[in-house]
Amino acid sequence: MAYLVSHPDEVKVVSKRFGKGATSLDRYLELDGYKALQKALTMQPDAIINEVKASNLRGRGGAGFPTGMKWSFVPKQSPKPKYVLCNGDESEPGTCKDRLIFEHDPHSVIEGVMIAALAVGAKTGYIYLRGEYRYLVQIMEKAVADAYARGFIGKNIFGSGVDLDIFVHSGAGAYEVGEESALMESLEGKRGIPRIRPPFPAVVGLWGGPTVINNAESLASVPHIILGGGEWFAKLGTPKNGGTRLFCMSGELERPGVYELPMGYNLKKMIYDVAGGMVKGKKLKGVVPGGSSVQIITPDEIDVAMDFDSLPKVGSMLGSGGVIVIDDHTCLVKFALRVTQFYQHESCGWCIPCREGTDWMKKTLVRMHSGGGVAKDIDNLKYLAENMLGRTFCPLGDAAAMPIISYVQKFRSEFEDHLNGKPCPYEKAAQPVMV
Amino acid sequence: MKFSDQLEQRFATMVTHYPTKRSVLVPMLLYIQDELGSLTEEAIHEIAQRVELSDLEVRNVISYYSMLRTRAVGKYNFQICTNVSCLLRGAEDIFEQCKKKLGVGNKQTTSDGLFYLEEVECIGACSWAPAMMMNYEFVENLTAAKIDELIEGLKKKEQQ
Repeated sequence: MAYLVSHPDEVKVVSKRFGKGATSLDRYLELDGYKALQKALTMQPDAIINEVKASNLRGRGGAGFPTGMKWSFVPKQSPKPKYVLCNGDESEPGTCKDRLIFEHDPHSVIEGVMIAALAVGAKTGYIYLRGEYRYLVQIMEKAVADAYARGFIGKNIFGSGVDLDIFVHSGAGAYEVGEESALMESLEGKRGIPRIRPPFPAVVGLWGGPTVINNAESLASVPHIILGGGEWFAKLGTPKNGGTRLFCMSGELERPGVYELPMGYNLKKMIYDVAGGMVKGKKLKGVVPGGSSVQIITPDEIDVAMDFDSLPKVGSMLGSGGVIVIDDHTCLVKFALRVTQFYQHESCGWCIPCREGTDWMKKTLVRMHSGGGVAKDIDNLKYLAENMLGRTFCPLGDAAAMPIISYVQKFRSEFEDHLNGKPCPYEKAAQPVMV
Repeated sequence: MKFSDQLEQRFATMVTHYPTKRSVLVPMLLYIQDELGSLTEEAIHEIAQRVELSDLEVRNVISYYSMLRTRAVGKYNFQICTNVSCLLRGAEDIFEQCKKKLGVGNKQTTSDGLFYLEEVECIGACSWAPAMMMNYEFVENLTAAKIDELIEGLKKKEQQ
């Protein structure tokens, strides 16, 4: 059971039913549930897409691609069945928001999937949950069964003549499956090896049919957009970054937690006001503002708007909304090592730059952190990372490379403090050499 | 191998959800493992036949997913997250404490078969770090005292 927090600056849209018992279908209906779906059933598919386009909703999984535009890429006529796939394989380190949506408001995801299906003309939707989220599989399966029992899903929904099926699907532990093409492979019962694109899933997706793949938070936003209007949603955020976002605040903060704030909210305020600042005795060293795969920013750079277009100005990205706050008691070489260890573990091995690059970076960082580093290692790390960038089938290679390049660029002195047999200044005891 | 009634029912329902049989594979493997403790040779053969794949093709899928295993582990599966958000809040100390208290290393089961310990990647509990999973249950905001209490409690439960 995840804990809920709140702050006066929050604008609750996606989280408005959190803690209100909305897992019960009756309660969900009392809280305006399935009204958006009924409205969407009276709308033309193009009108639904235009409403989502007007909302400036951008993919909440991390890439920030405009959701309405993604839907418009699906061909109107298709000889093969079309599908909607909800990506609930939340695995990016630092990110724990979709979990709350499934736990507290499962029907909003179902409703979002159904509206997306109406917009693109799909008859089937799948909700893929990461295997570790077993308790959520149970919640979602019950929600789907309840909705079927009332005739909200299935044949002739709400007497509209439209047939629509929704199924819940569990993964079994794999970060890479969160990448859209690997997700489809996994759903088809295979190893999660990414597919080469083009063709994009909107044209050739699940079992060869056109497929819309959206993050759970994006889909959970859709019913609110349909009811409140795209323009209303867009105005909650900043230009080109509509709406609100669930930000997962983690690290040595006084009040870590998941907060729903308008897009473009100031990061400094988020850390010092919303999350209560650093715990006593610790100072801010850096922030990874969008999950472990994005670039680090320094305390001088945190006076920045948290949206997809502002963070690149300080050399980072909004990513998945996982705000990882690093304190001055943490060794950045160790942090880099832990991040790299993760990507090395999760690399599927399909593309050589990623398979070899992550492994060599890990080996170098292990050696460096244990006191065996030499000056050349620092540039070598950067060189390895730069040679992975853009040279892999899926973004896992980029995700492993981008943070390392930024750590070396912005915290080079910490790497230099580890050279020529010097023990890590942050460790209590000497670390054994593992390589 | 014969599936239990529950698995049989799961399979019969799930297979109608997809246009191809093998699509049930990943979740079915996990459900089978939940019942048997691991994916035995017989279980792999059974599911392979049902989804019209070779045993080898099924094994090839199993080896990709970190939660699927072909060998049984302890009754209580302690999965300690040490990824960055947990690391920042002392996950390494928690992991060391578990090692000491249980007397096992990473990916080992205690001699009485009760506890299995594993260091895992992000489990999605970053804002409630440090965190772990005990079988499918999240245990969050971990402290040394919480770990002690959890382990002692489970040991006591087993003695009764």
